Amino acid sequence: MKIHEYQAKGILKKYGVAVPRGEMAETVAAAEAAAKNLFDSGASGVVIKAQIHAGGRGKGGGVKLAKSVEEAATLAAKILGMTLVTHQTGPEGRVVRRLLIEETLPIEKELYLGIVIDRAEARPVFMASAAGGMEIEQVATENPAAILKEYIDPGMGLEAFQARKLAFALGLKPAQINQAVQFMTGLYRAFEETDSSLMEINPFITCTDGRLFALDAKMNFDDSAMFRHSDLRQLRDVTEEDALEVEASKYSLNYIKLDGNVGCMVNGAGLAMATMDIIKYAGGMPANFLDVGGGANAEQVTHAFEILLSDKNVKAVLINIFGGILRVDTLATGVVEAARKTHIQLPIVLRLEGTNVEAGREILKQSGLNFIVAETMKDAAEKVVAAART
Amino acid sequence: MSILVNRSTRVIVQGLTGREGTFHAKACADYGTQIVGGVTPGKGGTTYEGWPIFNTVQEAVDKTAADASVIFVPPPYAADAIMEAADAELELIVCITEGIPTLDMVRAWEFLQNRRSRLIGPNCPGIISPGHCKIGIMPARIHKEGPVGIVSRSGTLTYEAVYQLTTRGIGQSTAIGIGGDPIIGTNFLDALELFNHDPQTEAVIMIGEIGGNAEETAAEYIKMRMRKPVVGFIAGQTAPPGRRMGHAGAIISGGKGTAAEKIKAMEAVGIRVAKSPADIGETVAAVMGVKV
Repeated sequence: MKIHEYQAKGILKKYGVAVPRGEMAETVAAAEAAAKNLFDSGASGVVIKAQIHAGGRGKGGGVKLAKSVEEAATLAAKILGMTLVTHQTGPEGRVVRRLLIEETLPIEKELYLGIVIDRAEARPVFMASAAGGMEIEQVATENPAAILKEYIDPGMGLEAFQARKLAFALGLKPAQINQAVQFMTGLYRAFEETDSSLMEINPFITCTDGRLFALDAKMNFDDSAMFRHSDLRQLRDVTEEDALEVEASKYSLNYIKLDGNVGCMVNGAGLAMATMDIIKYAGGMPANFLDVGGGANAEQVTHAFEILLSDKNVKAVLINIFGGILRVDTLATGVVEAARKTHIQLPIVLRLEGTNVEAGREILKQSGLNFIVAETMKDAAEKVVAAART
Repeated sequence: MSILVNRSTRVIVQGLTGREGTFHAKACADYGTQIVGGVTPGKGGTTYEGWPIFNTVQEAVDKTAADASVIFVPPPYAADAIMEAADAELELIVCITEGIPTLDMVRAWEFLQNRRSRLIGPNCPGIISPGHCKIGIMPARIHKEGPVGIVSRSGTLTYEAVYQLTTRGIGQSTAIGIGGDPIIGTNFLDALELFNHDPQTEAVIMIGEIGGNAEETAAEYIKMRMRKPVVGFIAGQTAPPGRRMGHAGAIISGGKGTAAEKIKAMEAVGIRVAKSPADIGETVAAVMGVKV
């Protein structure tokens, strides 16, 4: 689960991580009031930052500086409601619905801090780099030695000495070290206690007066752990997500919308990916990833079907099920129900194998609906791609 | 011969009294696996479907001489169940549960270091040695005893590969689903090493997917040590970057973990990579010189 920058900063503040003073605003009036507050309390300038779940906001024109309340209001009016296109949003961009109004700071250096789970080491890794402002992936490719790493013992957390090592290696001044240790250990505590999967402070800045701040903040949470964080679940902003994907998540379905015209419904993530691959191999393009999971029931299958069909690009559907836990007759019942309910006109290719496959095939046959039955994955892919073309 | 499990493996089921646990314990027992009891805290001393239930894993081990466990415990408690099984020194722990918080698994993984237990999973279909033992949720009837070892990050895609082999008359020595999570107990490398030393196994299928670099690490091992032919497949050649494709571990992040990279690393060490998932069985047949 992703959250906005202002939300991440709100969390970090509670862990003693220094963030610039600021307020979130959803209207121009609120933005103006926030800017006024900041100027009245000593800010020399403010920055208006578009809040969307994607990086590259500055380059896309979603981050602007203002020297007065009036200028802040003008800029806020311009950014609010704009469709922001960045390298992470795709060409359709995202509509800006919220702003963060923050005081500007006398930046001296821009650095980078990040925490992720290192899969190979099976531990969290705290990363730091002097190349702040750049994308860490780019640094990792061009100059991997520039990324400093400290692996974290899950039983102990980030130790002060580890934070000190990173702080000195980043070139911080002796007078800043204790501040940096507090900053970094606070970050790790926030990471751990919120079940984050990713945290990035980019840039992490030093000011000319010696202070340290998280100028930007990105936090992603582990979806699997959200059951124990009712407070964090409130931070979800569904307007930032694809409407069909939000709908799918209500029924515990894994759905990801793609650009092709062959809809697919599969059980199991690996087989679902492989099905997308074989559609492409057969000369078509998948319209989505959809994993109905191992324990799907007829109702879930019906919902899956409806979601699949509400993508108007879909010209044909491939259902590929290898029933282990999910019984084929259950799936067949769901498909027939859904096909009747949605009065589907599109060609549907079915490839079914596994537990209760005979019963499943019988249900399809009895339904009187016009399904195309395929024997193997290859056969299914070829049939559905041909059907999507006509 | 087979790896890790056989007819004398004695298995307890953690979470036996749950719906999934009951269903699959029965299916495993029907296959011939020795299911010797279950663990459900608070229900110790009772009998369920003919099996004795214990409050703790230690008690179950003391009373039944079990040496393996299969876990069907819900995600919030599953990492704890893994640690309890490891604390009772079971040789093999198979965790089927999907959706365990990653940081819980980080702690469980740490706990397993310097302990004697091997963990398979989590978020996996389990392990089967056809004709001998099944500890997991895979449909048994598609399997056939034979010479091919399978190691895979996916469940249903493994069934697909098994099915392609069996319909060509090629049997399997052992099929292990290592799981789709970012942090897992047994990885490709561990499984390849076991297959390398197993006299029954003549060839191995390795089914990977996008995300992480476990396939690349395994390719290094294959180059240095593997004495048997390996056939590969990587799912997610058409997956978009930055999106989690169902499995928690299946994500291309920062341009890393793509199918193209993995296929390249695998082909560079002589692995025959099937481009289409429909060609896995065919490729194995070709590598083994089996006429179909």
